[in-house]
Amino acid sequence: MIWDLHCHLAGLPGRTPEERMARLMELADRMGIERLCLYMGLEFVVRPTPEQLRRQNDEVLQALAHWHDRAYGFCYVSGEHVDASLEEIERCVAEGPMVGIKLWVARRCSDAALDSIVARATELGAVVFQHTWFKQDGTQLAGESTPLDLATLAVRHPQAILVCGHTGGLWELGIRAVRAHPNIYVDLAGSDPTRGMVEMAVRELGAQRVLYGSDAPGRSFASQLGKVLAAEITAQQRQLILGANLRRLLGPILRAKGREA
Amino acid sequence: MADRPLIDTNVYLFRWPFRRVTVDEPAALVRLLEEQGVVQAWAGSLEGVFDRDVSGVNQRLAAVCAAYPHLLAPMGSLNLALPDWQDDLRRCHELYGMRGVRLHPNYHGYTLDAPAVRALWEAAAQLSLVVQVVALLEDERTQAPACAVPHVALAPLLDHMRAVPQARVQVLNAQRALRPGEAEELAAAGVAFDLATVEGAGGVGSLVERIGPQRLLFGSFQPLFYFESARLKLRESSLGAWAEEQICVENARRLLAAA
Repeated sequence: MIWDLHCHLAGLPGRTPEERMARLMELADRMGIERLCLYMGLEFVVRPTPEQLRRQNDEVLQALAHWHDRAYGFCYVSGEHVDASLEEIERCVAEGPMVGIKLWVARRCSDAALDSIVARATELGAVVFQHTWFKQDGTQLAGESTPLDLATLAVRHPQAILVCGHTGGLWELGIRAVRAHPNIYVDLAGSDPTRGMVEMAVRELGAQRVLYGSDAPGRSFASQLGKVLAAEITAQQRQLILGANLRRLLGPILRAKGREA
Repeated sequence: MADRPLIDTNVYLFRWPFRRVTVDEPAALVRLLEEQGVVQAWAGSLEGVFDRDVSGVNQRLAAVCAAYPHLLAPMGSLNLALPDWQDDLRRCHELYGMRGVRLHPNYHGYTLDAPAVRALWEAAAQLSLVVQVVALLEDERTQAPACAVPHVALAPLLDHMRAVPQARVQVLNAQRALRPGEAEELAAAGVAFDLATVEGAGGVGSLVERIGPQRLLFGSFQPLFYFESARLKLRESSLGAWAEEQICVENARRLLAAA
């Protein structure tokens, strides 16, 4: 069972969300990926306006329309537009089919302005996915969170299900930064398939806190899946990372929506 | 698990100073490669990235490869910023019978428009040696602060290839170093690539559409990347049997045979 935590529409060929989703699923099928999570629309928008947030989420909803049995949407929200984000959470998660929220690079997640967004997502049982990177080359964006920002957020929201996107990119630091916070899970997606990443995550966090994701189509499903398939871990740990953990995390919200996990 | 023979053109021996990995001892690495169906591995030396005693580096590389002659084909280290690199080239060829050399211009502090590069192109062509240029060893975003280097700018390769068209050249780990359209230009000029850092969903397939199946060689970037990450890209891109055979074996054989 392989569930991919981290996929996008931007960067795929196709004019419409439906066309792009069909291509994404074709590639996922080749790799044996049964289910995947999808966030953000046809183009990447770094600092979306409220209108852009709505449009981006509409595009994901459109892409999901024929794939509800295999794909789950995360609602794109922004710490720069808290009220609009709360409205989107009501529309897409509380009243819609989405099961998580996605925070990208508009505002660092340690900022208290995000508290109401994370609190509402937590009430709904939605997974909170936060992009994180520790960039060493001077390209860190002003609003780009590091795993340390997420650790700060975790202290304020101990009941939230928080995902550390990309394990912070520089995973040796990212794993350490979130290690003490049991409600933070790490996403393996979107970095080079550097040997040792998965082993360190399992050793330091436990396999229950490690989630397979690809960041396709920016990344190859193959290169990211290879991290888990080749890691020197037990078969049981591999199963947890490839899908059982994500299934467990999404189970309550899916069941609340009357859907099978 | 092995499902087809592979020639892996992007393998290193010895240790990366910033990260210890489980297969950085030669015996463990050889075991892994054999399990994966690798029938020949073009092996460079990670010592050659940092150690200025290049002749010692190549001596050790040759000695280890000689212990596994059925598998390891040594690719000697050259540092074109050092005096008398020409003698290192000579030793690689005459003393060790190496079939190629590997360059790390960003770690050695020169660019590909340096005069020594043209001189190497001419000398290597004369000796029928493959030249591998490593564009990047680690994503710039994750490099250790004490050893941060930019990727290698590849544009000067075009002039070198036009001036020495018989040169046999492969760029390793090229993806992050390539400007839009540059892979096509370089491939048309005769440069080959490896797939270790090719990214994007179906990324190998789209690269093959742009440069053709005969300019891409299998490379896994052992021991620093997970091997399966390279192998699975072939399945993801569903290239067809003929193109896969070219990438996995035939292109490498052709490049070495021509050398």
